[in-house]
Amino acid sequence: MREYELVIIGGGPAGLAAAVAAHEAGLRDILILERDNELGGILNQCIHNGFGLHTFKEELTGPEYAGRFIEQVKKLEIPYKLNTMVLDLAADKTVTAMNREDGLFQLHPKAVILAMGCRERPRGALNIPGYRPAGIFTAGTAQRLVNMEGYLPGRKVVILGSGDIGLIMARRMTFEGAQVQVVAELMPYSGGLKRNIVQCLDDYGIPLKLSHTVVDIEGKKRVEAITIAQVDEHNRPIPGTEERYECDTLLLSCGLIPENELSRSAGVEINPVTNGPTVNESLETSIPGVFAAGNVLHVHDLVDYVSEEAGAAGRHAAAYIAAGGKEEQHKALPVKGENGVRYTVPVAIRPDAAGDAVTLRFRVGNVYKNKKVAVYAGDACIFSRKRPVLAPGEMETVVLKTELLTAHPEAEGITVTLEEA
Amino acid sequence: MEEKNLICINCPLGCPLTVTMEGGEVKKVEGNTCPRGEAYAKKELTNPTRIVTSTVKVRGGALAMASVKTASDIPKGKIFDCVKALQGIELDAPVTIGQVVVADVCGTGVDIVATKNVPAKG
Repeated sequence: MREYELVIIGGGPAGLAAAVAAHEAGLRDILILERDNELGGILNQCIHNGFGLHTFKEELTGPEYAGRFIEQVKKLEIPYKLNTMVLDLAADKTVTAMNREDGLFQLHPKAVILAMGCRERPRGALNIPGYRPAGIFTAGTAQRLVNMEGYLPGRKVVILGSGDIGLIMARRMTFEGAQVQVVAELMPYSGGLKRNIVQCLDDYGIPLKLSHTVVDIEGKKRVEAITIAQVDEHNRPIPGTEERYECDTLLLSCGLIPENELSRSAGVEINPVTNGPTVNESLETSIPGVFAAGNVLHVHDLVDYVSEEAGAAGRHAAAYIAAGGKEEQHKALPVKGENGVRYTVPVAIRPDAAGDAVTLRFRVGNVYKNKKVAVYAGDACIFSRKRPVLAPGEMETVVLKTELLTAHPEAEGITVTLEEA
Repeated sequence: MEEKNLICINCPLGCPLTVTMEGGEVKKVEGNTCPRGEAYAKKELTNPTRIVTSTVKVRGGALAMASVKTASDIPKGKIFDCVKALQGIELDAPVTIGQVVVADVCGTGVDIVATKNVPAKG
């Protein structure tokens, strides 16, 4: 098997953008490994519009957005292997993979970019009581069945969880003739975008019940009915608030989890908050030469930010390879989130390796109004911005000029926090 | 005089808007915190439009389905007519992005176009 300097695991939006950026940075020896039968990843089933407003300044559907990057990869003649499953990543960056043409094979790249994306939280991880009949799908599985395979998974539907995929599928199933009866959300707020609540639920008169969860699933072979109930502030069902819906299908839209099986087998350090690798400002994991970007790193709301982040990972991987895999030792400042900031990506910044600016991304743990996002280098406030509203469903981005960090050589760490505006 | 309630969708703030209408015209928008809220309310209550996306079957393609969209937004009231117009349509592979699937759908003057490249099988 021919060897490659850079192997990118995953040919979705992150892998494609990383490949294009690494090529633009001068690297020519790149291979993308994709397990599906086409490039594009999850975008292929996201047929709705709203993608690419930041990247292309126009509103595209998922397949069109993916198509733009696939076109670039093909034009640049970046090699890729489809139907190829990566089985193992070792700490020395040995990639073990297989497909029908090559059989089982190993690659020994100088750098690896992790771009495996994320998976939906399945029923088994949700502790829903009741029987286990057919007819329970994650929203993304239903999305694939309807949009790519051409099957309608059910006719009378209840949806648990108000994540964006669940909201999008409420509308999509309605278009295909299904009757979507209700969307129940455990939290007192929706995790989905306002736009999706209005245009996917309100437009079609589908009720959204906040602070509600599923307390019973009936049916032995196929789902026959779902009972939902209101929950108290400890998420316990309140007796007497049960409502029963006869239906044949339950869709779950209850969160996404970065897919880091390969990262773990390599020994990459994982952040327990994001379930993604801990990375520095170069998106490099705890293993030098292994980079991560996109939903495998932390779950994004907008693909535009995935492309941007993956582009940076591609450039850093190219620079790592160009430097012969030798990195100078730089002082690293740990980055921590406080006062409602649940996590930050990156978790460490080396100002001397950061170029002109560092992009910090984070999420908050609750809905906050009239706050100020502030960044401190040691005790010195180096950035602050008013935010009329912050919500867990919306990723926040701060671009820090590196000179603000180097101006405080005494700082031992960086803190991202929320303050009263 | 008639009052209507809306949620602004321009940003995560989701301002609750109260709109006063008279004779099909927007007289007053309240509850918005920026000019985008007012513009949204006026458009939504006088001429609401949506882009409609769906899928159609493909004959002889490497994939079973091709995704499609209205090339621009159409009146909200025509959404289901538009979805109905797509029923039973089958395209022959290859399908290319931008290819017209239904011209002037339901008299809207807007075409439905493919949003996915589907090569022929083989």
